[in-house]
Amino acid sequence: MTTPQSLIQSEYKYGFTTDVEQEVVPKGLNEETIRLISRKKNEPEFMLDWRLKAYRHWLKLERQEPTWANVHYPTIDFQDIIYYAAPVSPSEGPQSLDEVDPEILRAFDKLGIPLEEQSRLAGVAIDAVFDSVSVATTYKETLEKQGIIFCSFSEAVQKHPELIRKYLGSVVPYTDNFYATLNSAVFSDGSFAYIPPGVRCPMELMTYFRINQADTGQFERTLIIADKGSYVSYLEGCTAPSRKKNQLHAAVVELIALDDAEIKYSTLQNWFPGDADGVGGVFNFVTKRGKALGRRSKISWTQVETGSAITWKYPSVILQGDDSVGEFYSVALVNNYQQADTGTKMLHIGKNTKSTIVSKGISAGRGNNTYRGLVKILPGAAGAQNYTQCDSLLIGDQCGAHTVPYIEVRNPTARVEHEASTSKVSDDQLFYCMQRGISAEDAHFMIINGFCKEIFNELPWEFAVEASQLLKVSLEGAVG
Amino acid sequence: MSPTATRASDYQAQFEAFESGLSLNGSGWLHQHRKAALARFQELGFPTARRGNEAWKYTNVAPIARGAFTSAANGQEPSVTPADVRRLAPDARGWTRLVFVDGRFAGSLSSPPRNDGVRVANLAEAAATDRDLVERHLTRYAGYDDEAFTALNTAFLRDGAFIGLERGQTIDDAVHLVFVATGREATAANPRVLIVAREESRATIVESYVSLGDAARFTNAVTEIALEPGATVDHYRLALESPATYHVGLTRASLGRDATLTSASITLGAALVRHDLGVSLDGPGASCRLNGLYATRDRQHVDNHTFIDHASPHTTSRQYYKGVVDGESRAVFSGRVLVRPGAQHADAQQANRNLVLSQGAEVDTKPSLEIFADDVRCSHGATAGHLDEDAVFYLRSRGLDEDMARGVLVRGFVQEIIDTIGLNAVRAFTTRLFAASLAGA
Repeated sequence: MTTPQSLIQSEYKYGFTTDVEQEVVPKGLNEETIRLISRKKNEPEFMLDWRLKAYRHWLKLERQEPTWANVHYPTIDFQDIIYYAAPVSPSEGPQSLDEVDPEILRAFDKLGIPLEEQSRLAGVAIDAVFDSVSVATTYKETLEKQGIIFCSFSEAVQKHPELIRKYLGSVVPYTDNFYATLNSAVFSDGSFAYIPPGVRCPMELMTYFRINQADTGQFERTLIIADKGSYVSYLEGCTAPSRKKNQLHAAVVELIALDDAEIKYSTLQNWFPGDADGVGGVFNFVTKRGKALGRRSKISWTQVETGSAITWKYPSVILQGDDSVGEFYSVALVNNYQQADTGTKMLHIGKNTKSTIVSKGISAGRGNNTYRGLVKILPGAAGAQNYTQCDSLLIGDQCGAHTVPYIEVRNPTARVEHEASTSKVSDDQLFYCMQRGISAEDAHFMIINGFCKEIFNELPWEFAVEASQLLKVSLEGAVG
Repeated sequence: MSPTATRASDYQAQFEAFESGLSLNGSGWLHQHRKAALARFQELGFPTARRGNEAWKYTNVAPIARGAFTSAANGQEPSVTPADVRRLAPDARGWTRLVFVDGRFAGSLSSPPRNDGVRVANLAEAAATDRDLVERHLTRYAGYDDEAFTALNTAFLRDGAFIGLERGQTIDDAVHLVFVATGREATAANPRVLIVAREESRATIVESYVSLGDAARFTNAVTEIALEPGATVDHYRLALESPATYHVGLTRASLGRDATLTSASITLGAALVRHDLGVSLDGPGASCRLNGLYATRDRQHVDNHTFIDHASPHTTSRQYYKGVVDGESRAVFSGRVLVRPGAQHADAQQANRNLVLSQGAEVDTKPSLEIFADDVRCSHGATAGHLDEDAVFYLRSRGLDEDMARGVLVRGFVQEIIDTIGLNAVRAFTTRLFAASLAGA
């Protein structure tokens, strides 16, 4: 069956830049850069020590970037990156929205993330991160009444150093991997959330990351702690201007769930993917990991990955508490020259731990999409269970879809099941839709949407609608 | 220099002694291969599970590197009787049999060479008598550039089996290649098999690897199979050596248009078994079906690696490997399916199922798909788990005691693969072996 050639590749609609006065540290990385970042943030001694330890460890790695992933890119010059860029603000850190540069507010407005009081999204508290700093956090007071802390990472370092000290690096240590180590040394801002015992967070918490400045790397760090019996749903969105030069984004996210706590973490990743010829785009090299520390705790990752020139990302769960649960739901789409190597690790340590992995990969254009995952059952994880399903859809004969699962079982009472399939959009399904009068491109979108439905169902409602739209936009020109 | 690489260089003296002892030293092209392979082996060294070496991630061959295995001395009469061969390996009336003892061809135990449109001979002879054919195919499918063990095998290449089928020839009865390890401690054997099936020919070939006695030995076998258009080969491989043996095997097959390969890989013996099975579907319509069965116990280690290369459109592959893992043993499966750009209408299915019976046992499985064409149907599945307690309960409610109930279920689990064995003698032999092996499970 032929597919329509009519659709024209749509432009990346978040590719604009915002003209604000920025404070930028010179390019390059050395101990002084790190001291400077730490000084700018007025950090306590322990933070600087931690950063320097990470930096010294990073030097020992001697540019040993991980090479096992199925992604190819030119060597990154780590001295050619700006490690800190922040909009100039009249005082130290944003005090209220009135002090935020209106240009920035307009930028977030344009991204569909209004920050002003009257037009805020109802039921979603947003921390807006612009390059290296958080510019505003909404609904803070409402949340504070329930004892919930939701603020920028920098603010948390000032106001809640005891929590930072206790949990920073407890899930992703600074020695974890090349990019996590780099992040630990130079991270600038990010979000921090703490949900006190027994509290069900009344609204979605959201961080919106925006890269604006040219030649910067974004190194944010997010830490979420759900205390006993609490619940939080956290959303993350991200975009960047269209630039000819690749930009590095190396973030770290750490989640900690104590007894009976649940964290639901959703990502819509829409960094600039590069143009149709594969020029430009963000290198998204991210370490995300949750520790289901408490008994009966639960951590659930949902991700829709449509952006970035390269995605290298494995949101994982350490199932340490007995009866804890880990989930990973993913849609990853590559088009044009995009490359994605993404998946998850489920590490079963506690008894009767359960994990579910559902991954949907869509490859179009000349994109290459790899699912890479590990399910590891340790000897003590009696009664552990895992179910994994990885499906790939290929659109066109120039793309690639790869599935590389690792399964390691060391307990006789565990049960692990893995299934994967790869195919194209079925001609029969297309024919059925089209003979009902649906155009070829609409039929494609319907079928692809159906393919991803299981994942979209895991997203909060507004995000699910946006995800579906995003998929459609990202695929335009591909099903042609 | 790493300790294993040092070991690899130790093979130089052994190689010189080996080559000087060859009567067919004159065949220069083979000598060139041996020399080049030895050099390559010395460069590569034994594989280690160091960073990034995916192929050896789960299997440690340090005992082989440390073991200083050497080839059996020249001119020893084999102490193997025909009765030993019949007892250790499957047998049936009418089979053509070639027996190798510690890597050396044992003419007295073998059927006379055939040359009736079907050539079955010792590879060392065939290298002279069928030189064109052997020279064209040998090392072509199992190259020694990347695989250290294949390089080692090629360096010490001497005896082995050559099976050549003329166009349209069919062998009704199986050709059985029996490799018996009998030597003293630390004896190495490097047997080589070359199978060339011309157009529309058909054969059934059984390779049995067995031992007499319990000494620690090292078998490093390489088999190359070339199927020309329309050829069909059923290939059985039984690794049944003694518990102290280290066995590394590599089988590579290339299939032309509409050729069909059926393979069954049965593993019961040895301390360590590693088998690499690579099938390249080079012509449109080529298809393969690979089945595997293993049962491990004590501290055994079994590692099956498969690689299916869908290099042509309209190619089909089916893989089904099952294993029962007991004691403190470890079973590894790595199955890779590649669909190359342009290999449209590839149809690939792969499954690996493991039964873990004891605390201390480990299963590592890694099925992978690499797909570069869109009009394909590819799937894989892998499981690891224990016996279904509901099924055990059901059987017990019918009056079976716990052990019997579990035994029935384990035998049922392996029977699925045994039932796929088309050759009666091999099926019956395998059934008996597994029944005995699993009796204690």
